[in-house]
Amino acid sequence: MSQEIKDTNEAKKKKDELILFLTKTEERESLLSKANRKLLSDPLDDNNPITVQVLGICSALAITVQLKPAIVMSVAVVFVMAMGNVVISLLRNLVPNRIRIIVQLVVVASLVIVVDQVLKAYLYDVSKQLSIFIGLIITNCIIMGRLEAFALGNGPWKSFLDGIGNAAGYGLILIIVAFFRELLGSGKLFGFEVLGHKGLTLEESTGLYALGYENNGFFLLSPMALIVVGVVIWYQRSRNRKLIEEN
Amino acid sequence: MDLLNLFVKSIFIENMIFAYFLGMCSYLAVSKTVKTAVGLGAAVIFVLLITVPVNYLIDTYLLQAGALSWLGADYASIDLSFLSYIMFIAVIASMVQLVEMVVEKFSPALYGSLGIFLPLIAVNCSILGGALFMQQKAFTGISEAITYGAGSGIGWFLAILAIAAIREKIAYSNVPAPLKGLGITFIITGLMAIGFMSFMGIKLEGNEDEKVQEAALESNNMGEEDEQTAVITAIEN
Repeated sequence: MSQEIKDTNEAKKKKDELILFLTKTEERESLLSKANRKLLSDPLDDNNPITVQVLGICSALAITVQLKPAIVMSVAVVFVMAMGNVVISLLRNLVPNRIRIIVQLVVVASLVIVVDQVLKAYLYDVSKQLSIFIGLIITNCIIMGRLEAFALGNGPWKSFLDGIGNAAGYGLILIIVAFFRELLGSGKLFGFEVLGHKGLTLEESTGLYALGYENNGFFLLSPMALIVVGVVIWYQRSRNRKLIEEN
Repeated sequence: MDLLNLFVKSIFIENMIFAYFLGMCSYLAVSKTVKTAVGLGAAVIFVLLITVPVNYLIDTYLLQAGALSWLGADYASIDLSFLSYIMFIAVIASMVQLVEMVVEKFSPALYGSLGIFLPLIAVNCSILGGALFMQQKAFTGISEAITYGAGSGIGWFLAILAIAAIREKIAYSNVPAPLKGLGITFIITGLMAIGFMSFMGIKLEGNEDEKVQEAALESNNMGEEDEQTAVITAIEN
């Protein structure tokens, strides 16, 4: 009899601990305190995942030929990262250290499958353009990197903010690169001809093309993505000199 | 001959780094010295060589539409391809773990040199990318999958070896301060990618039907279509 009471007591205690563990990190801080706002704003510049932490470059370069896929990709990454960070942060004390990488990969892979199926259902043409790069969100280093570096050591709300912030910093670079590549490469933004229409002859053309402007087809090729990112880094570091590397 | 064609193509023309930017994170992080670059490159070849064929078998006999028909006629209508991401990544993560344990047991010297890189590889995009390209290309036999795995691994190895050698030398140059480190590495990689683009025209002898199929497949791809037209215009000029 006493054993039973003891068992229920222990169960109750465990439950209380679990509740405490889920809520304690947020007890003292307001939801958008200064520290939490920093989690959102830091990755946009000082701690940008692409240009400073060097994470998630693989997908960033390949899908930036046009703005639309770049934006879809950023939204997909925001979703996967925010949700993945929350889930891992909730699981962080339950998962043994040795198998944590597999657990993280499985969580992220399930989220990516959701994104992939939604894109296939509602945005089929974009999903075709992104081809394997949606699948590669799973091994996008930003996601694993932030899960390892942040979500494993912080509460769910903070991890959520960190996820949103880092994914936004990633998306920002993606959109900047895609903007220049689409504008200079094909003279379009979101598929609209913003620099005027290029006809077969000079007389048929309008806008800038009537003056003899030509698209730089080089910007559509993959090497230019690397060089554009290089220039973005150059600009960012000459503005923010504390980021300059030794070597 | 087709296998040789595929092999050359996967090393040079469809180079994981220069054509698809896969595995860039570790490419940039571990390319400071040639020695570590060689270690990571060897580990990538090794793991791609194992995981691409394994994933090919899983894809052909478990995941594709109708792949389960060997179990009986009732199973022929099942299509599990939506599970491919999770299956591939599980295979890769567990293979990496397994390879690590086997290497540690049987070849401590190799483990000493590859050791710390093996866990990194589970999250190297080029490994999952290899599996996903393998699925997209719809290979007809396991020998093609093995060739493709080896070829893309060697391509990755070449790329990281080259950049590491350049980075060792560039330490002595006067690079503008804000470009130091990451910035200049990006730009050099871009220039190297331009060099690798010159391999694009190479076509070894092969089946004519396949070439037509490939052309159709490529024109489905937005980026590549644009690239091809851009290259054609560049050549014309």
